[in-house]
Amino acid sequence: MERKIRVLVAKPGLDGHDRGAKVIARALRDAGMEVIYTGLQQTPPMIVEASLQEDVDVIGLSILSGAHMTLLPKIAQLLHEQGMDDVLVVAGGIISDADAKVLKEQHGIAAVYGPGASTHDIVQFIQENAGTRKA
Amino acid sequence: MELATSLLSGNRRALARGISVVETGGTAARALLSAVYAQTGRAHIVGVTGSPGAGKSTLVNALALHWRRQGRTVGIVAVDPTSPFTGGAILGDRIRMQPLCGDPGIFIRSMASRGRLGGIAHATSDTIDLLDAAGFDVILVETVGAGQSEVEIASAAHTTMVIEVPGMGDDVQAIKAGILEIADIFVINKADRDGAEATMRQLRAMLHLGGPPRDGWEPPILPAVAMREEGIPTIAAEVERHLEHLRDTGQKADRERARAAREFQLIVQEAALERARTRLADAGWDALVAQIAAREIDPYAAAAELLD
Repeated sequence: MERKIRVLVAKPGLDGHDRGAKVIARALRDAGMEVIYTGLQQTPPMIVEASLQEDVDVIGLSILSGAHMTLLPKIAQLLHEQGMDDVLVVAGGIISDADAKVLKEQHGIAAVYGPGASTHDIVQFIQENAGTRKA
Repeated sequence: MELATSLLSGNRRALARGISVVETGGTAARALLSAVYAQTGRAHIVGVTGSPGAGKSTLVNALALHWRRQGRTVGIVAVDPTSPFTGGAILGDRIRMQPLCGDPGIFIRSMASRGRLGGIAHATSDTIDLLDAAGFDVILVETVGAGQSEVEIASAAHTTMVIEVPGMGDDVQAIKAGILEIADIFVINKADRDGAEATMRQLRAMLHLGGPPRDGWEPPILPAVAMREEGIPTIAAEVERHLEHLRDTGQKADRERARAAREFQLIVQEAALERARTRLADAGWDALVAQIAAREIDPYAAAAELLD
């Protein structure tokens, strides 16, 4: 039985625009992945706890509210505390290039996708970078 | 075995990792299950099934909250179908269980059926064993019912609950899908809607048509409005009463013996096959298959020779 890539898709904070997250969830499903869709109003502890229980390979975070520099580093920190640095973290939404650079260089975010990003590119990135399991 | 020790001591990450291992199957899965097996058999396993949209996840959430308030720990397995076209799945049951987040007495795992006919029961059953060994008092297993795999999952559960909603022509569904046979408890959710009483009456009539209660248990038909946590204490009480009934009549022991027999047979079959394949290696196996296809030997003699 081959391993499936498990992805948790969440919207941290109070941003209520979930169309993008749903489009991504469907695209990942169509690429053969298992998507745990946790929806709106997720706090960083909720996201990390759910990711732990579901033993996901990837966390996809959607933020359009501008709160990404507060929420994403917090999530990265909690993941580190839980020893979950091997989980691939991908973010999407309204994030400036400057912020994306900081997130990638300083907070372990693997990739940041803005409006107009192709789902094909996102799928490919995940397939190539979702790590192999360490026991 | 490190993963097993960690899991048994309450480490949640080990439990999550362990579930991934048993989902994948193979040698590692067998080693893990072997290491924890002695610690299984304590949890009350409750299956929850019903049509999509009936409110299963909401009800599971409400029941879990109820049992948590009583100080019991709850493990939840939520099974969703895999797309037969893409092999992927959207597992959206957790989203209904937000109030349970952050509670260390709860563990929720979403599982995709992965298109395994009957095989889903294998991975789910193994996951139930891990949650059992990890010490959860109640394990709720939620599936979209009811097909072959749901019937199999029902056989791993002590108590099976079927959720219906009023007036959706579900009476016909219930007869067709064999749901009447597997249900120990019926819940009519969204009971504040029109037609709830009629649905309950129809269901009661159908149950009576089937003759006297099976095994001395007449399945209760309980109304609920899961979203408002209405009707939950009664449902929880009936679930507990059912387990007592199974204990008192010796059926719990019978069911567990039957489950053990079924599982052991499957495991022996798998192990024998694997041993045979290892002995032959792929080239030898393929060569034998070619001989059989060419009628040079028959498969029965070939198997006998292989296994002796």
